[in-house]
Amino acid sequence: MTSTPSTLFAKLWDAHQVLLREDGASLLWVDRHLVHEGSHHAFAKLAERGLPVAEPALTIGVVDHYAPTRDRDRIGDPDIARMIRTLEENTNRHGIRCFGMRDPRQGIVHVMGPEQGLTLPGLLINCGDSHTSTHGAFGALAFGIGATEVAHVLATQTIWQKRPRTMRITVTGQLGPSVTAKDLALSWIAQLGADGARGHAIEYAGPVVEGLTMEGRMTLCNLSIEGGARCGMVAPDDVTFAYIKGRPFAPHGAEWDRAVQDWRTLATDDGATFDREVSLDGATIAPTVTWGTSPEEALPITANLPDPAQLQGARADQARAAMDYMGLTPGQKIDGTPIDQVFIGSCTNGRIEDLRLAAAVLSGRRAKVPGLVSPGSALVKAQAEQEGLDRIFTEAGLEWVASGCSMCVGMNGDLVAPGNRCASSTNRNFKGRQGRGARTHLMSPAMVAAAAVTGTITDVRPLLAGRV
Amino acid sequence: MAGFSIIQGPAVALPQDNIDTDQLIPARFMSVPRKDGYGPYLLHDLRFDAGGTPRPEMPLNRHAQARILVTRRNFGSGSSREAAVYALVDFGIKAVLAPSFGDIFASNAVNNGLLPARLPEDRIEAMIARLGDKAEEMTVDLTDGVIRIGNEVIPFDLDPIWRLKLINGWDDIDMTASHGPAIAAFRAARAKAAPYAMLDGMT
Ligand code: SF4
Repeated sequence: MTSTPSTLFAKLWDAHQVLLREDGASLLWVDRHLVHEGSHHAFAKLAERGLPVAEPALTIGVVDHYAPTRDRDRIGDPDIARMIRTLEENTNRHGIRCFGMRDPRQGIVHVMGPEQGLTLPGLLINCGDSHTSTHGAFGALAFGIGATEVAHVLATQTIWQKRPRTMRITVTGQLGPSVTAKDLALSWIAQLGADGARGHAIEYAGPVVEGLTMEGRMTLCNLSIEGGARCGMVAPDDVTFAYIKGRPFAPHGAEWDRAVQDWRTLATDDGATFDREVSLDGATIAPTVTWGTSPEEALPITANLPDPAQLQGARADQARAAMDYMGLTPGQKIDGTPIDQVFIGSCTNGRIEDLRLAAAVLSGRRAKVPGLVSPGSALVKAQAEQEGLDRIFTEAGLEWVASGCSMCVGMNGDLVAPGNRCASSTNRNFKGRQGRGARTHLMSPAMVAAAAVTGTITDVRPLLAGRV
Repeated sequence: MAGFSIIQGPAVALPQDNIDTDQLIPARFMSVPRKDGYGPYLLHDLRFDAGGTPRPEMPLNRHAQARILVTRRNFGSGSSREAAVYALVDFGIKAVLAPSFGDIFASNAVNNGLLPARLPEDRIEAMIARLGDKAEEMTVDLTDGVIRIGNEVIPFDLDPIWRLKLINGWDDIDMTASHGPAIAAFRAARAKAAPYAMLDGMT
């Protein structure tokens, strides 16, 4: 091809555009549509109009948001039981494949999709969930949508979108020991703001990104939405192909070879331009934690909290309100803040690599506070048990439970009590996210494990030295 | 949904940054069917204390007749839950004015006839200062793209695609139906160009 150089994003967008309307809206073809219990509004809209699902084979259901993490055979809460039953009934009625409560492949939608090989490079993936950006780690165009849009995709297998602007985040150098994709994500969001990438599709690039495992790339892309981006993506490479190969829904044999050949073209061409370019030096990133009620309120573990008195206007109000809610003092050190409990899990950091790292910190140590470990999927759980990680967690005094969204959002009843401070490997420190009045500090799973061992927010680096 | 080009009613200020959709509607209310109404749950934990008593200092408790909300940056960030929009709409809110919105929220809003109007931060701050804790009559004109309050006329930003959709009350599913043949042709081409993108039926 001799066409003008284009970005990975442009290649993906153009390959899915059915038509471009005069007003600038594109109608895009959807390759994979993932639904969960929260999709009940969309199914209800479809039922109201008496419409069928256009492409049941390209629609995949999974139980995650309300999935109980204990006593799965007898769901006590009738509301939770009804939400799960409604999804299973809706998918059944429309002939949609569903990984239900008893399926050994059940898990959080953004963990299950890649694990099953449903997520592939070059695909357009939608789900009624903002962290759909996770799937961009494979060089897919993946973004979250609302219920009206879910109904539209169900009815037509297409979606109307306006083309976002493009932004490249290049991470140079090298990450320090015990510094993870989570720290990288929290630190760019702290720099650019929780709306810093609003209206943009992000491509992550540079040696640090290329050096990340698929798990790390998924964590990075997952958190794109917390910086306001429409989606995040990484160009597929040998690391990607090695992860996908042999997965149940991935192509096999001659089809595989042909697919890989196609996927190798999914990279930004030399000379292609982005609407915005941001560069970060990986070596300057320390383990990072949030102190406030927005993911942008994050700091290196070595730093002190800001002082609202030194800020202006709306920023001062925001910092004051966050500190008040979080029960923290202006200017205090974040290191050493006592916590009440920990949580390891979620679509951000509930994969096998995350559990291995947390277990490396906890091995042979005791947690000073209670905590919950919920693997991202039933298959991650099985693998962790095979590796003996579950014993490390339980011997440390943490509770090892089944997979689901769990304490990331608390819909299944796994909640943080009012006023309690939780060190959490999740993605949102919003007021009330983990339960009314709950105080959430976001950090990597390794940092959560360190917090468990010391009972305070602390720097994991000395605790991991010599262990990984 | 019926289209509209004028919104008129009392505006109130909610001077906070980053009001995310978890605050707009806490997760525990999200299993409620839409027909039951989401108005009572709007900003529930901000409006009510732990015992369920309305907080008197909360602007939306003092001005339940509010139709327009003036707020700070990154409104509706976070979860894609459309229930956040249902809560605003069912409460009676017709427009939200802010320096920036979460992308998914803004799109959900337009799909439910709620206007997400963007204004520069200094304009918003001036409006917040003017409103204080009172409610004041305001008019939002979609055709002219301006807000009228007292003697002031203030322009706002809205994507032209969304402006048309709100004014005409367009329904996307109906619009797309007319493109059936183009979609069918695209599907056939896609299956050829990228066979890996297709899947067989249920297993
Ligand atoms: S783990 Fe949390 S962020 Fe991820 S899909 Fe579930 S609720 Fe959403």
